[in-house]
Formats: sequence, structure tokens, C-alpha cells
Amino acid sequence: MTSPSFTATAEGPARQANGSAGAGVTGAPDPTVSADSAGVRHLVSIADLSRDSMLDILDLAEAFKEVAERPIPKVPALRGKTVATLFFEPSTRTRLSFETAAKRLSADVMTFNASTSSLEKGESLRDTIETIDAMGVDVMVVRHKSSGVPDRVREWTRASVVNGGDGQHEHPTQALLDCYTIREARAERSPADPPEDLSGLRVGIVGDVRHSRVARSDVLAFTALGAEVVLVGPRTLLPPSLASWPAKATADFDDVLPTLDVVYLLRIQNERAEGALLPSLEEYHERFGLTRERARRLSPETLVMHPGPMNRGVEIAPEAADLPASLITRQVRNGVLVRMAVLFHLLGAGATAGWDERDDAAGGTDESAGDRTPEGAGE
Amino acid sequence: MTDLLIRGGSVIDDAGERRAEVLVRGRDIIAVADAIDAPADTRVLDAGGCVVAPGLVDLHTHLREPGGEIAETIETGTRAAALGGYTAVVAMPNTEPALDHPSVVRDVLALGRTALAEVAVAAAITVGRRGEKLVPMAELAALGVRLFTDDGRGVQDAAVLRRALEYASDLSVVLAEHCEDEALAADGQMHEGAWSSRLGLPGQPAVAEEAMLARDLALVRLTGSPMHFLHLSSAGSVDLVRRAKAGGLPVTAEVTPHHLCLTDASVAGYDPVFKVNPPLREQADVDAVRAGLIEGVIDAIATDHAPHAAETKEKPFDLAPSGMIGLETALALSHTLLTTGPPRWPLRDLFGALSGRPARIAGLDCAAGGRHGGPIEAGSAANLVVFDPSCEWSVQPDLLASRSRNTPFRGMSLQGRVRHTVLEGETVVVDGEAQR
Repeated sequence: MTSPSFTATAEGPARQANGSAGAGVTGAPDPTVSADSAGVRHLVSIADLSRDSMLDILDLAEAFKEVAERPIPKVPALRGKTVATLFFEPSTRTRLSFETAAKRLSADVMTFNASTSSLEKGESLRDTIETIDAMGVDVMVVRHKSSGVPDRVREWTRASVVNGGDGQHEHPTQALLDCYTIREARAERSPADPPEDLSGLRVGIVGDVRHSRVARSDVLAFTALGAEVVLVGPRTLLPPSLASWPAKATADFDDVLPTLDVVYLLRIQNERAEGALLPSLEEYHERFGLTRERARRLSPETLVMHPGPMNRGVEIAPEAADLPASLITRQVRNGVLVRMAVLFHLLGAGATAGWDERDDAAGGTDESAGDRTPEGAGE
Repeated sequence: MTDLLIRGGSVIDDAGERRAEVLVRGRDIIAVADAIDAPADTRVLDAGGCVVAPGLVDLHTHLREPGGEIAETIETGTRAAALGGYTAVVAMPNTEPALDHPSVVRDVLALGRTALAEVAVAAAITVGRRGEKLVPMAELAALGVRLFTDDGRGVQDAAVLRRALEYASDLSVVLAEHCEDEALAADGQMHEGAWSSRLGLPGQPAVAEEAMLARDLALVRLTGSPMHFLHLSSAGSVDLVRRAKAGGLPVTAEVTPHHLCLTDASVAGYDPVFKVNPPLREQADVDAVRAGLIEGVIDAIATDHAPHAAETKEKPFDLAPSGMIGLETALALSHTLLTTGPPRWPLRDLFGALSGRPARIAGLDCAAGGRHGGPIEAGSAANLVVFDPSCEWSVQPDLLASRSRNTPFRGMSLQGRVRHTVLEGETVVVDGEAQR
């Protein structure tokens, strides 16, 4: 832990890239990727990644796309490595996505289920982490309902820590898959000149930015890759201070709608309308939902995204989710590719085999289509 | 008991600073002079290069007993106090059960009689600190209670506080408030601002403190009863108290050492050791509370020493309890912050904020029949600290006497250290070591 300085930074929140974010520290982002003093790489915040590292991950994901199309969609890149998924908050989709990614890289998978664990018996988070660490794992994917848990976990383990979503803080792999999805969609439109990053794009992130870990990661990722971000929502759902955010904010969705290349809708939880944040979900839908009427005004080029699960009729009209320019199902598919890329990127230096090898040991290299031999991993 | 001669130091109290020797007999100072000719069997306490000042008085100590002995006890907490140069602490009432009844208060006072510092009690204003029904104030005042507070919470219901101020008005007691409008603070885990927005932690806005402070000042104006404001943390609060004092209201205020130096940027690593209530705020607030202290708008430095067991501070940030320990670092930290660099506060003012003024607020000064806060002269109580302003040391939590380790100043280098502490004539700390 860094000692606090007497005069903390006046520059406001600028995350330390090397993982020792502490009192009053500022620093230029690490040029490659966040690594702690022991050389272990982590992905806790998008701020842990340089622009080049992000592009490396997107390129890796692109390469893994071919693997996914093989009869046996598996490479031995991380054979012998163990990936533990520690989900202290239920999330079937994200957990499955990580576990599928790990298995496609031939890593062993260890699943920690908080509801049946010793945490229920009163064991502390730190003790749980140290116990799992002692079993010898290479990556811990951590999801927790409290912001900041992955930051703490990396102080208690020798493994690489990947943030699978923490409270209202960050969800960096979601942001990476969003970047990948946008880049992919644009490349399909200009195959002759596929864009390297998101420069020139204007992205509107609409809705409950205040409580959204997806929004925090997306803002950092989109802007790092050259996009301009505008946050759209009522003041009650925007962060109290945008002083350190590389984004503008507006409450006038209709005003910015024609200028947007990407409309990114955030999920509105029903309970937001129970307090004083919103008068009602209906009023929210009228002001900030992608209504039928707004969907009609979108240019065919405008991309529509949502991190899921969708609240049809609240943030998005049922029809709008099925527009041709909607990337919502594609986001889910790309999640596996990007998480493969993240795992490979973090363990890359220590991985024993290249990702481009075919996985001979997994039960065949050829025509045994569909014969997905279960790996010993994780069972 | 032989006499005790404190030799070689420079005596500081409200009267100023002068080189002098101090001779103690029993519980009292019997002589202060340039050179004292003492009998051969007099015990000599070396104060060479040191400052001899009235023992410090902490207006805000959580001793955790009864109910929280896993984090601190009256014995360990007062040992920490003695090592920090304190000869008196005011024990806060948010224990379990709360200090809201004569029987509990009597127990704490009894345990305090053998402790390493005088233990005064701040009793709750309302039963169970629930903000509804008044405690038996007159009965508690008869036991010696001079401060009443629901600390940890403010009295949310303005009408209850109004009645408490009115009822207290003829009891020679002071109500003290932890200013926090709970509706505005909501589930805020840190200061609401740029950092909370970035970190995805619900924020507690400065206005949660300021709104209640403004309400309380209006009630002081209405009732004429005095109030003390605990751990003020925001620039807006300093402004409110400045105006109130200029308008002649009978109010006093304190600030903690951590609010004098740490900001919400400390929370960036999500270490709950930086979680405290009121929360660490912005640099402009730190600057304002410092300026307010130097100006005299804020009367005293108080620790809000809040021990918590290590495992509770290893929870996720939003689930961990608020609080920091401070008894063993407050003097050295304040000295480092305020006297070694700009504003180069005179030592006399520093000790005034740590001893003389808090003693008066707590009714522990000699004018109120107490034995703390000076002056250092023949006939005064022998409650003294001998402080070496040139000693540099680094804070190591494992070496602290508190039962808890939750200091935010781990590894920080501080200038100035307590060498000896004398409690009622007894040398409870000698050369930085507790004697019992």
C-alpha cells in the first residue's frame, strides 16, 4: 500500500496503472499492461490497459474467431493453466462466457460458487482468496456486488486478477467486447479499409450511467480508442461529478440522437423507479428509451447496443432490439472471443504453447466434427 | 513517593514558552523555575531538547468498552492515549450498550480510574442513540458528565434536539453533534465527488454535514444553549461556524488530524482503512479546515480514534466499518503538518488546540474544577507531556499499543514524538515506553 501523501493530487481521479492505486498517486498509464511488482498482470480497470494493449487484445480476439469456427473449437494455448471463476454475485452469462473461453484455450477451470461456499459459514473474503490461491491458480476471475473487490483481491493472491464486474465500478471485459463488436461491424461495412480503432465515432451511452459498471469501463475504452462519448440521461442517473470523465453529458436524447454513430443503451433496473431517481419507467421510456419513433429516425448506419439483459419496453422498444443494425446478440458471441484474448494476453508470456496450434490432445484434429471431448478441466 | 523533577526542557502553556524545570510532588506541580534545587533522592526525568506541555485532552475517543472489546478496551485505549501524550480522553457513547444510563456510565468511569489516562464520558443525548427519548441528563451530569452526543449519528429529528438543548440549558453541560443528515448521506460510502463518481462508490455529499450544522446553529440561536461540533470536515462547515461565532453564538468545533491532511483520493485503492465518517473530502476542504483551525474558527484537534478489528477492515469497502485510530499519531502528525512547514504554527497554538481548549470544552480545565489543559505552575495538577519535536519516526501499525491496527498513516514519516507522559504525578510513559 502506498503511503498517503500529505497533499493528495489536485488532478482528481487518475488511476495508477501499475495496480498500486493508493492515496494521492497519479501516474501516466503503463505503456503495456498493468503488472504488479511481482510481474503479475491484472485486468481490473480499463485504465490498466494502454491503447496498444487494447488493440492487441482486439486483434487476438479476431484471430480466435477462426478457432471458434473449427469443428473442435479449441487450442492448447493455456494447457496446464488454471482459471478460477469466483462469482460472489450470481451471473450465469458472464461466468459461462469466461469458462467457455478458458476451456477453448485448454485451461483447467475451477468454479467457485459463493452461495455454497465457506463464505456462507462466515469465512472472510481474504481467507477465501488465500485458500484458493494456495491451491495454485493462474487467473482469478472475480465478480462481486461491491465496488473495488478485484483491487483488494490482487493484493492477496499471486494469480492474475480479471475483473468480471465489480459493483458500480468497472466491467472491463464487457467494454473490450463492445469495442471489438463496434470495430467488427465497421470493418464489415468497409472491408477494403477496416478501421484499426474507434476514431471518428460518436457514441451515446444512454441511461443509468451512475450505477453502471459497464458505462465506467465503456467510457474509458471508447475514448482510449478514439471515439467521442456523450452520456445521455437525467441528472439523477448521471454520476454526481463528471470532472474526471472524458465525456460530455446531456438530458436531451432527441437533440443528440441524429449525431450518434452508436447508441449504447444501459439497463434500467426496476427499483430505480421506486425511489426519487425516476418518477416512473414509463416517463423514462418516453424521455430516454429507444422508442419506436426514435428508432425510425436512426440512420441505417447507426449501431444499437445493449449489455444485456434487456428490459424491453423500458430502455428499448421491443422492435428496436431486432433492428438490422442491432448488435445485441453479436455482443454475446464476441464475449467468448474477447475473454479468450484477455486470458491469453494476461498469461501470454507464461503460456506454454501458441494459440495457433490445433489441440491434438483434445481428441482429434480433423473430421470428428461435433465430438467435443470433454477436457479434464474443471470437472 | 519521591518528588519528580523534569529537567532540561522548555515549558509551554497558554502563557507562552520559557526554559524551566518542573518539580512534581504527589499529584501536583509544586514549583516551576529556571533552576530548582531538589533533594538528592528526587527522581529526575530528562527533558533535554524537549517541550514540557500540559497533557493532551482528546474530545473524541472511541474506547469500545463495553461491547467492542475485540477492537479496544479502556485499558488498551488509554495506554495508546498515554503514548500519544494524552492525559485525558472523552469516551464516546456509541458502545454496546450505549452510554445512555447512569449504571453503564458509572462502570466506565470506574474502569477509567485505574487507566493510563483520565477517562471522561460523553453520554448519549437520546436513549440508545435512537434520536427519540432523552437520557436522564441531570442524573448523568451529577456523575460528572459534561458532554452529551449521539456520536456516530446526529440527532435527526430537529424537535428532539431542540428539546434536548432546552432541557440541558440549566445543567452546565454541552451538547455535541455529529452533523450528518442521514437522508442526504443515504448509503454514501465516501465523499461524493469526482473520486466517488470514478470509483463507483455511492457518495455522501458535504451538504449532508452542512445542512445539519446549519439547522443546529439555528437551534442554538433559538435556545441559547451551547453546542460543540464534532469532526467538521468541509469548507462549507467552516464558513457556517465562522459566521455563527461572528454572530456571538456559543459554539465550538473540532477537526481530526486525518481531515487536516488526507483527501478522498486516498480511497482509490478501495482500502477500507481510508473509510471514515465524515469521509475524507477534497483538497479545498482540507485547506479550509486547516485554515479554520489556524484562524481559531475551529477550536480543537480531536482524534475520533475509532478502532476496528482487522478482519472487519478486510471486508469490501462498502461493507467495512468507518473509522481510523489516531491517539498515537495525532500530536506528531499535527506537529508535522502545522509547525514544521507553512503555516509554521507556534507550538503554543498547537498545544492549545490539543490540550488547553479541548480541556475547556470538556469541562476538564482547572476553572471548571478539572485537572487538565494547564497552566504549568505551582499548584496545578501534574498532568504533563514531554515532547521531543526533533525526533523523526515512521508509523508502524504493529508497534502501536491500540488493540487495533487501522491507521491510515502506515509508513508515514512524522516529526516529533512523545518522550514522557505524566498522569497525576505518575510517569506512565518514559522514553516512549508505557510503564504499565
